[in-house]
Amino acid sequence: MPQSADQIKDHVSLFKEPEYQEMFARKREQFECPHPPERVAEVEEWMKSWDYREKNLSREALTVNPAKACQPLGAVFCAAGFEGMLSFIHGSQGCTAYFRSHLSRHFKEPSSAVSSNMTEDAAVFGGLNNMLDGLQNAHKLYKPKAIAVGTTCMAEVIGDDLQAFIAKAKQQGSVPEDFDVPYAHTPSFIGSHVTGYDNMLEGILKHYWEGAAREPGETLNIVPGFDGFCVGNIRELKRMLGLMGVEATIMCDPSDVYDMPSDGTFTMYSGGTPIEAVKGGINAKATISLQEYCSKKSLTLAESSGQEVAAFNYPLGVAATDEFLMKVSALTGKPVPAQLELERGRLIDAMTDSMAYVHGKTFTVFGDPDFCIGVTRFLLELGAEPVHILSSNGSKAWAKKMKAIVAASPYGKRAQVWPGNDLWHLRSFLHTEPTDLMIGSSYGKYLERDCGVPLIRLSFPIFDRHHHHRFPIFGYQGGLQMLVRILDKVFDGLDAQTNIAGENDMSFDLTR
Amino acid sequence: MTAIKTIDYRNDREFHEKLIEEVLESYPEKTAKKRAKHLSVTQDGASDCGVKSNIKSIPGVMSIRGCAYAGSKGVVWGPVKDMVHISHGPVGCGQYSWSQRRNYYVGTTGVDSFGTMQFTSDFQERDIVFGGDKKLKKMIDEIEELFPLNKGISVMSECPVGLIGDDIEAVAKERGAAIGKPVVPVRCEGFRGVSQSLGHHIANDAVRDFIFDKREPEAFESTPYDVVIIGDYNIGGDGWSSRRLLEEMGLRVIAQWTGDSTLSELERAPKAKLNLIHCYRSMNYISRHMEEKYGVPWLEFNFFGPSRIAMSLRMIAEHFDDKIKEGAERVIEKYKAMSDQVIETFRPRLAGKKVMLYVGGLRPRHMINAYEDLGMEIVGAGYEFAHRDDYQRTMDYVKDGTLIYDDITAYEMEHFIQRIRPDLVGSGIKEKYSTQKMGVPFRQLHSWDYSGPYHGYDGFAVFARDMDMAINNPAWSLFKAPWKAAEPAPASA
Repeated sequence: MPQSADQIKDHVSLFKEPEYQEMFARKREQFECPHPPERVAEVEEWMKSWDYREKNLSREALTVNPAKACQPLGAVFCAAGFEGMLSFIHGSQGCTAYFRSHLSRHFKEPSSAVSSNMTEDAAVFGGLNNMLDGLQNAHKLYKPKAIAVGTTCMAEVIGDDLQAFIAKAKQQGSVPEDFDVPYAHTPSFIGSHVTGYDNMLEGILKHYWEGAAREPGETLNIVPGFDGFCVGNIRELKRMLGLMGVEATIMCDPSDVYDMPSDGTFTMYSGGTPIEAVKGGINAKATISLQEYCSKKSLTLAESSGQEVAAFNYPLGVAATDEFLMKVSALTGKPVPAQLELERGRLIDAMTDSMAYVHGKTFTVFGDPDFCIGVTRFLLELGAEPVHILSSNGSKAWAKKMKAIVAASPYGKRAQVWPGNDLWHLRSFLHTEPTDLMIGSSYGKYLERDCGVPLIRLSFPIFDRHHHHRFPIFGYQGGLQMLVRILDKVFDGLDAQTNIAGENDMSFDLTR
Repeated sequence: MTAIKTIDYRNDREFHEKLIEEVLESYPEKTAKKRAKHLSVTQDGASDCGVKSNIKSIPGVMSIRGCAYAGSKGVVWGPVKDMVHISHGPVGCGQYSWSQRRNYYVGTTGVDSFGTMQFTSDFQERDIVFGGDKKLKKMIDEIEELFPLNKGISVMSECPVGLIGDDIEAVAKERGAAIGKPVVPVRCEGFRGVSQSLGHHIANDAVRDFIFDKREPEAFESTPYDVVIIGDYNIGGDGWSSRRLLEEMGLRVIAQWTGDSTLSELERAPKAKLNLIHCYRSMNYISRHMEEKYGVPWLEFNFFGPSRIAMSLRMIAEHFDDKIKEGAERVIEKYKAMSDQVIETFRPRLAGKKVMLYVGGLRPRHMINAYEDLGMEIVGAGYEFAHRDDYQRTMDYVKDGTLIYDDITAYEMEHFIQRIRPDLVGSGIKEKYSTQKMGVPFRQLHSWDYSGPYHGYDGFAVFARDMDMAINNPAWSLFKAPWKAAEPAPASA
């Protein structure tokens, strides 16, 4: 018997038992009508070839295993970063269920959002009634301070007009006239989740800034962007700003709502940028984005209000963090404090200690456009060699910028930049031009399996490892954290290659 | 199925009725009126649970439901492993459902199997404006070239497809003929129906319309013992731990629908002598069709927990000769010692623990006796997308005074959990973390919380282990900071 009450086996070991293995073989042989094993092996080999890579790259219509999601996901993430704000997604209900699940699986936290639950009749007559009822119910039941309305593709295709619907809802008393209902159209068929983040942020800023007279002040707005590591990163950002004595508003701060304590109660809202701070944000001296491709429209809005703006690309490691700090320093007149300089030195110290294990190692990096830039820059600082840099939601402009960055470093000479490609393309790249390591999201695990390239999970989403997002990969500390994650993978790999006693363990070194 | 005697208990009717009143007070009047019809307390002897079901969710209340696409791609079609399933429309739907159902299969992914992959047309604005048919046509050709071992292709429509007037049926027909493989158009746009449920139905109909009788299945010799497992999606390997028992009693499982299934298994199912249906909600349609058109009878069975497994094995055997009847007894006897030992180990740790269930369309009733086999009591049960016949069937399982909630809202769920303070909640990922923060143990009952299998005797052991670890983990006792010990405990039943 494969199972036993003394040592209970779950799927991991149960199905390896002979009874199951024999059953699988029987099923396959008698009922599945499979292709002959030789044919499967032949195709599998062909898929590793340059010939397949070329065919794969010439695809025009089909997308396979993309590393990007759709706009409203970014909108839900963005709205979660404001105090007491409830996401309301106008359209089919299944989408909202998907956004909530997706975010929960990554953060291991609740994710609250409501839908206007549009069905077939709304497709015909429009979703106005759904909006009226939905706003009223959500307002009464969940007592938000504001409701941020985004859209699914259904509402976009039928052309529902959010502005008019929300006005009508207020007129009819679904929510009080003075209740805040910022909104953004977030069609899934344009851009990706990073676009949705930008659109929602712009919608929120517009809502609170429009008509307000700007009284230029000295504070900063900082836009972190869509970030699976927001919990660790925003806390690190705040700590650094605190050390500098800089007063800043984090424009979208979900670091608390995606990291709530277990204390016997559940509260739907936690932390987030206070609404008063959002309003006050119009008076900021400047708005700085940590992720250029998450904030184009939002920065344009800030600029048009009379603020200075600056955009970074997921700054981490040495130079990118230096640039960010110097910008903050230049804008505020506050010097970079000794403590941060100390931390900078410590990061470089760690890099020099460990350089032998990273220098010359080849890397694949995939993920959101800014993430790819930030990570690549750090890899170049380590003497590592990025070979494939792929962003499914990267634009041509992104690729141009990315190429300039790698071209400027001797370690970037082998880098190939892949905007708009998917992970099935990457599979071909890794079969034909493998790298030593890969940095990306959990989706990379299939590539790790198929191509044998070890995956370091540092991006969104991470479903199959827990809690890494609670530690920063931003700034100097983030560089250190990323270095350690890379080194652990390298050292584990070295040990795995040298751990057979009497065979290859002469290199099973105690000290490395 | 008939009721089964496991343990005796009654639930607190008055308290549960009060809870319903409490939640209804929080809604606007119109909404309260609507929600009242979906909340009830069971009454012994009644013909159903006393709730309305399969009705549109109310906007803005945070229903937990998904959509028709989720029911079709995520549940019914997605697990068919040797076909490529296109999520036809924008990128999100396929992305969020990619690899999340845990429909286990054996195969070389990307080569002859495609289960844990995400094929999408990734609609852009131009596809919305000019239509997606041309793109679809091209995609099918590209799939043929790059994945030549695919046995067929399904086209899972996302919302825009049905709104922009695309004719995926025509494309499917034309390209299917061209590549000589089934290309199955499925109109499972997310706005259709009120939940995943219509997606199941549409997916069932697509099997009927585009698979059955379309081509001669490969040579196949029938036996008098041929059965099909219907409505088991092999989550964490459930279908396999079920299949073993059927094979051991002497039956021949000619197809699994649709966990670990292949196109040929779909095609051959009408040749079965008996269809065994586990998830009634998602596949009763095609079972009825096979009965009407091919004369294949169907039988609902339940492989959760030893009481129901034994009952089911005997019921199944009733449809066959003595050899199979003896086989059923032999299987029951063979596993008795193991499952008795599982109960002996875990029952003392779990007896009397109270459980609230909220799952899809089957498990809130089907799992009840498995919990009761471990001495646990079900205080509340509800479904995301059940119909009236499910709430009738539920009466064979629940005790008097059980709180029933159809299409529960997040608000109601939180309130019920906070007031009842059950020892365990079984529901989904969206409910998991909020429940645990309240200090209430939780297990996901869609994905088995990444564990499984839970079906069959092998699965029951895993189920018992998992429920024990969820409830009896020491971390639950650490919630209250010692310096706060003087504060009163939260309100409880």
